Amino acid sequence: MNDTNPGATPGAVDAALQPKLNRLFRLQFEPAQDAHVLLYPEGMVKLNPSAAQILLRCDGTRNVAAIVADLERAFNATGIAPDVETFIAHAIERGWLEPSA
Amino acid sequence: MTDLSVAAQHARAERAGIAPPLWLLAELTYRCPLHCAFCYNPVNYAAQRDELSTDEWLRVLREARALGAAQLGFSGGEPLMRDDLEELVREARQLGFYTNLITSGVGLTDKRLAVLKDNGLDHIQLSFQDSTQELNDFLSSTKTFDLKNRVARSIKAHGFPMVLNCVLHRYNLPHVDKIIDMALAMGAEYLELANTQYYGWAHTNRAQLMPTEAQLRDAEAVVERYRKEIGNRCKIFFVVPDYYETRPKRCMNGWGSVFLGVAPDGAALPCHSARSLPGLSFPNVRDVPIEQIWYDSDAFNRFRGFDWMKEPCRSCEEKTRDLGGCRCQAYLLTQDPANADPVCDKSPHHEAVVRVVREAAQRGAALAADEQPVIFRNDANSRRLMDKG
Repeated sequence: MNDTNPGATPGAVDAALQPKLNRLFRLQFEPAQDAHVLLYPEGMVKLNPSAAQILLRCDGTRNVAAIVADLERAFNATGIAPDVETFIAHAIERGWLEPSA
Repeated sequence: MTDLSVAAQHARAERAGIAPPLWLLAELTYRCPLHCAFCYNPVNYAAQRDELSTDEWLRVLREARALGAAQLGFSGGEPLMRDDLEELVREARQLGFYTNLITSGVGLTDKRLAVLKDNGLDHIQLSFQDSTQELNDFLSSTKTFDLKNRVARSIKAHGFPMVLNCVLHRYNLPHVDKIIDMALAMGAEYLELANTQYYGWAHTNRAQLMPTEAQLRDAEAVVERYRKEIGNRCKIFFVVPDYYETRPKRCMNGWGSVFLGVAPDGAALPCHSARSLPGLSFPNVRDVPIEQIWYDSDAFNRFRGFDWMKEPCRSCEEKTRDLGGCRCQAYLLTQDPANADPVCDKSPHHEAVVRVVREAAQRGAALAADEQPVIFRNDANSRRLMDKG
């Protein structure tokens, strides 16, 4: 979390970055909420479906470009790179993701 | 969602607009090796000796999880006083709970830490009373400072995320910088600087614990300075005590809204201080299924929504924001739990709060020689206060 650049503008993530879920957080599906959630010490964030699909792919082995490609394949979409990058930058800023390379 | 049984479950879970519980606080025992003067446990805790069995707790965990609870706190008293803690953690983790252990650290040996880690415990919140041995040991009426330091190192050595929790008040507010330094040195990921809430034992000791406004503002400035310096290394929470606000906070994010507490004897509580409220009978998990407690019991429905409100809340445009504040505070300061929380300056009882703040200012930060001593939380004092009624 120390690598977070506070001066970074949202959306400005390096496509070569291999983001990984911060070990303080656990991502799981909650049937009662019909949604994925992020669980952390004494707290919880309910995720919308797009956020969940992005975070599920942030396993530290894939870079941002590969995550975008995978999502475009899985959901038969194009041109989603800016949205995905904005979300990943936001998730790094919130401390959900570690920007490990 | 083509599976109809799942759809039916959803229909039931959202009946009458009541959302399922998200937070289960399992108060495993009121027994505690510490005797903190600001403990939120009921002053008459010594009357509650009949703890739920392991099997009963396992059933509570399963029922609450099935309803939708995702966060689970093991608390007390000191949860480590129960030797079935490891078994409960294992079951909770397998059920999918995020498991938090809320502890003084006393009894947290390396051996128990290793088993807790294997069984899937997610996080440990360790309490300190101060950054100095003298004040830590005085406030908890024990000699535990060195032990807590050792435990903090073991917690990190076992790779747990750690929240350091320090309850703040008139005695230790001037040490906030040292307390933050201590948290950083220990590698805590979060630091909760929890200003005392005046329920239970803290209410008994309110005159001695209540800080002055200057103490609070100074401490807040220190926290702000540190936040700028340390960035994301450690997240510091600092909540100003209610008495110094003019609008109340939402009680437990809304009565019967997300929080379900289960006391050591099985009483189900919408807030961990709710036992102090008169005229409410709390259902026991031994007799009633948790689903029925959450959705159907009088206790959990009593202060849900807005219908129970009196003026000035009833017609107040801000009622959806604070939900009338804290029921326990309303009762303690106005003798009626359905009144507006008197922290609100629209309450006709707000003067009760102002008076306490004024008295704190007159008393000052320094300790006077003739001050009434604090009353420590222990069995003898609990029985004595019960006898006094």
